[in-house]
Amino acid sequence: MRRANIISYVILAAGAIIMVFPFVWMLLTSFKPMPEIFDLGLLPKEPTLDNYRTIFTDYLFGRWFWNSILVAVITTVSVLFFDSLVGYTLAKYEFPGKNIIFIMILSTLMVPTEMLIIPWYATASQYGWTNTYWGLLFPGLMTAFGVFFTRQTFNTVPDELLDAGRIDGLSEFGLFWRVALPLIRSTLAALAILTFLGNWNAFLWPLIVTQSQRMYTLPVGLALFSGEAGSQWNLITAGASLAVFPVLIVFIIFQRQIIEGVASSGVKG
Amino acid sequence: MKLKLSTRRAIWAYAFLLVPLLFFLLVRIYPTLQSFQLSLSTWHVDPLQREFVGLDYYERMLNDGRLHQAFRNTLYYALLGVPALIIIGLTVAMLLHGLKNPFGRGLFRAIYFAPYVTPAVAVSWAWSLMLSPQLGIVNEILFSLGLPTQPFLNSPDTALATVTGVVVWQYLGFQVILFLVGLEGIPRQYYEAAAIDGANGWSRFRFITLPLLRPVLVLSIIIATASNSTGFLQLFTQVLNLNFSDPGGPLGSTLTIVLYMYQVAFNRFEFGYAAAITVVLFLIIMVITIFQWTFLNKRVDY
Amino acid sequence: MKKVLLALATAAFVLVGASTAQTTITYWQYDFESKIKTIDRLIEEFEAQNPDIQVEHETFPYEAFPQQVATAVPAGDGPDVVNLFYGWLPAWQQAGYVVPLPEEHFDPATIAEEFIPMVDAAKIGDDYYALPTGVRSLALWYNQDIFNDLGIENPPATWEEFIEVAQEITVKRGEGRYSMIGYGVAPDGQDHHVIREVLFRQFGTSPYSDDNTEVTYDNEAGAEALEFYTDWVTEYEIGTPDFFPGRGNYRDGFLAGRIGMMIDGSFAIAQIRDNAQFEFGIAELPVLEEGGEQSNFGSFWMHGLTPRAAADEARLEASAKFLQFITSEEAMRIWVEEVGELPARASVLDDPELAEDEILAPFLAALPYAHATFFVDEAGQRTVMLDAVNRVLLEGVDPAESLEIAAREEQQMLDAFWQE
Repeated sequence: MRRANIISYVILAAGAIIMVFPFVWMLLTSFKPMPEIFDLGLLPKEPTLDNYRTIFTDYLFGRWFWNSILVAVITTVSVLFFDSLVGYTLAKYEFPGKNIIFIMILSTLMVPTEMLIIPWYATASQYGWTNTYWGLLFPGLMTAFGVFFTRQTFNTVPDELLDAGRIDGLSEFGLFWRVALPLIRSTLAALAILTFLGNWNAFLWPLIVTQSQRMYTLPVGLALFSGEAGSQWNLITAGASLAVFPVLIVFIIFQRQIIEGVASSGVKG
Repeated sequence: MKLKLSTRRAIWAYAFLLVPLLFFLLVRIYPTLQSFQLSLSTWHVDPLQREFVGLDYYERMLNDGRLHQAFRNTLYYALLGVPALIIIGLTVAMLLHGLKNPFGRGLFRAIYFAPYVTPAVAVSWAWSLMLSPQLGIVNEILFSLGLPTQPFLNSPDTALATVTGVVVWQYLGFQVILFLVGLEGIPRQYYEAAAIDGANGWSRFRFITLPLLRPVLVLSIIIATASNSTGFLQLFTQVLNLNFSDPGGPLGSTLTIVLYMYQVAFNRFEFGYAAAITVVLFLIIMVITIFQWTFLNKRVDY
Repeated sequence: MKKVLLALATAAFVLVGASTAQTTITYWQYDFESKIKTIDRLIEEFEAQNPDIQVEHETFPYEAFPQQVATAVPAGDGPDVVNLFYGWLPAWQQAGYVVPLPEEHFDPATIAEEFIPMVDAAKIGDDYYALPTGVRSLALWYNQDIFNDLGIENPPATWEEFIEVAQEITVKRGEGRYSMIGYGVAPDGQDHHVIREVLFRQFGTSPYSDDNTEVTYDNEAGAEALEFYTDWVTEYEIGTPDFFPGRGNYRDGFLAGRIGMMIDGSFAIAQIRDNAQFEFGIAELPVLEEGGEQSNFGSFWMHGLTPRAAADEARLEASAKFLQFITSEEAMRIWVEEVGELPARASVLDDPELAEDEILAPFLAALPYAHATFFVDEAGQRTVMLDAVNRVLLEGVDPAESLEIAAREEQQMLDAFWQE
C-alpha cells in the first residue's frame, strides 16, 4: 500500500469511530430491558429481544414498515423519472421562459414544509385523501432538489453525444430515455438513495395526514413510544435500529451504481 | 408544414415540462401563495371570521425579541455549519474516492452514510446522552484525563456550536454522496496528464478538481444553505429533538427561525404571524441563494 | 351460543338503529394507554344508554396532538368532542377551535358549584369551554430505600428540612460533579410550576392579579422566592438541572436510584410504579415553616366541543350528552380507578376510599389548596419562567433582575391576549 493510502485509511477510520458510535449506542440500548435504560451503561447487563417482540406484537410495526417502504419506493420512482426529465429539459433545451421556470422550481426549496401542511391537508381533506397512501405520497412526487441535481449533471454532458442520437433517428423522448438518462446513471443512483431516505425519515406530513395507526409510517409510529410521562427509549431504539437496516442494504446496492455507473457510460474524456 | 428546428424543440420542452409544472404549481407554489396570504389576517378556523390586519404582523416582527434572537442564531448556524459541512464533506469524499480497495471503500461509505439513515429522534437522544455534562461518556473521558468538562448542550455559550456539530455529523453522508458523484465524473486522464506535467497535489486540486466539481459544488452549497430538508437556514428537527424539554434553549440560544415559526403556529395557533415569518424567511433565503448563485458561477474559471 | 347472542345483539342493534336516526360523533384524545381503555369503556356504556348515538374514538401520539387538531379542524375534519390541556384553551378559543358549552346543557352556576375551584381555568369571560374528568396535582416523591439507608425517618415537611435531607443524600465527586443528588432539580420539568404557584405564594406574593390580566410577582417576595429556588443549586448544592441526560431527566434519574427526591405530578404514577426497582414514598409538598401556607399547582386535561359539533343540531345534542356523560360522577369514579387522575367534582372527592389510597392521598390532600395557572400561552409562559431560572444559574444574573425581565416578558404576553 502506498503511504498516502495508509494515511487516508487512518483519517477515515478515526472519523468512522465518531460516525458510528451513537449508532452502536442505539443498537446496544435496543437490547436492554426498560429499567436498565436508566443506568446509562453502554452494554446491556441482561440482553433481551423483548423490545423487538413488543414492537411487533403490541404495535403494528410490520405494517408501518411496509407503509414506509411503499411510500418511499413509489415516491423515489416518480422523483427519478419526472425530476430527471425536468432537469434534462432545463439543461438541454432552449425555449422562452426557461430561466423563470427554473427559478420558480428552485424557489420551492426555500419554503418550510411546516407551513405548507395546512393547505396540503385542506386539499387532502377536500378530495378524501386523508388517511390514504395517495395522501401520504402526493406532496413528494417531485422535488426541486432532484430537478436541480439532474440539471447540474446534464449541464456537464456534451451536446455532441445527444446529437449523435438525433442522427440515429431517435425521437426527443427516446433521446432522453435511451441516451441521456444512462449518461447520468451515478446521479440517478445518488438521487434515488437520497430521495428514498428523505421519505423514509419524513415525519410531519405523514403524521398529520394519517389518522389510523394502520396508515402510519415508521417515524410516525416511533412517536407513539414517547408519551406524557417520558419516552420508552428501549422501544424507540429497537424501532430505529430496524428502520436503519433495509436502508443500509439499499444503499450498499446503489453505491455500486455510483462507482460503476460512470465507468460504463463513456463520458470519460 | 415544417416547423423550424428550434420551434419544434421548444414544443418538446414544453411537453416534457407540462405535468411537472402543473405539479409544482398546484402542490408547491399555490399553497405557498395561500400561506403568504394568511400573513395578512388573523387566524380563525372559520375563514369568514379571519380579520384583515394588513401588514400588522410584519410590524410586530420588528419588536419581537425572540424572533430577532432566532434570526441571529440561524445566521450563525449557516455561517458555521455550511463551510464545515462542505469542507469536511469534500475532504471525506476525496479520501473515499482515493481508496483502492473496493471493500474498504464500500465499508467506509456505508459508515459515513449511516448517520443520515438513522431516524432523527434516536440520533438526537444518543447524542444528548453522550454529551450530557454530568454522566455523559464524552465528559467522563475528559474528566478521567483531567481535562475541564464541557456543558455542551446545557450552556448558552456552547449549545449552538454543539447542535451545529451534530447536524454536520448527520448531514455529512448526504454531502459526501453528492461529492462522490461529482468526483466520479471527472475523467482520470486529466489527473494523469497533470501528473506528467509534474503538478503537485494542491495544484491538481485547484486546477482540475475544483473547476470540474463546480456544478456539484454549487448544488451542494445551495442545498446546504437553503433547502427545506437539509439546509441550515431551515434547521428545525435536530434543534427540537436535542432539547425536547426546552426547545431552542437554553435561554433561546439554539432557537431557529423555523422552530420559532413552528411554535407560533402550533403552540399559539397564530398561523397569521407564522405565515408572516415564513414570508420574511423566504425572502432572506432567496436573496442569499441569488448571491451564492452569482458568486459561485462567476468566480471559478475553467 | 356466543354466536347466537352476538347475532341477536346485532339484530337488536340494527332494529334500534333503523327506528331512530343515528348520529355519529367523533372523540379525539392523545395516546395514553389507560385513558384510551377507559374512554372505550365509557363509550360502550354511553352507547348502550343512547342507542341513537355512536361515538368514534381516535387517538394520536402525544407530541403531535395539537398539530393534528390545528390542521384537521379548519379543514372541517376532526373531532366533535376534543380533549385538550387546560393551558391551551386561550389559544384554541381565540382561533375558534372550541366553542362555548351550550348553557341549556351546562349551566355555569351549577358547574361552578359542583366542580372544584381550579376548573375555573376552563372559563374565558363568562363561558365555560370545556370540562375535565380528572385533575392532577404535584407531590414530593422520595426514594424510601435511600431514606432508610441514611436513617431519615419522615419525608421533609418544611423546605428547611427538605434542604437538610437533600444535602445528606447528595454525593459529590469533584467540583460541580455529582454521583448522587438529593433533589432532582428540573426547572423545565415541574419546577417552573413550583416557583410560580408554590414558592411565590409561600413567600408572600400571588403570581397574578385576580383577573389574570397582570403579573404581580415582580417584587421583593418574588425575588426572594426565585433566589431561594436557585440557591438549591448554587448555595446548598442539593442538585443540578443537567444531572441526568435526556428528556424527563429528573424522573429517569429518580428511577435509576441516583436522585433522592423529586417533585412530580400524579400522571407519573404508572411510569414510576412500573419501573422503580426500589420502594418509594409520596408526600405533600413542603411548607416554608411549620403551619405555614400550603400551596400546589393543579392542572387537568379537559373535553371541549368543536365548531364541527356546533354546526349541526343533532351532533351538538349528541356531543353535549357525551360530554355530560364522561364528566359525570360515575365516569369520574371509573377514571380515578383506571387512570389515577383525581375526580374533578367535589362530591366524588369526599369518597373515603380515596383518602386511604397511599399513592393518591398526598395528591388528593393538595387539591383544596392547588392553583391552576391561567396560561394565555402555556409554552411561552413556561419558557419565561425557565429562562428566569437559567439566567441565574447559567449566566449569574441577579435573581431580582432576572425576575424583572421575566415579569416584563410575561406581561407582554398577557397584554397581547387581553387586548384582543
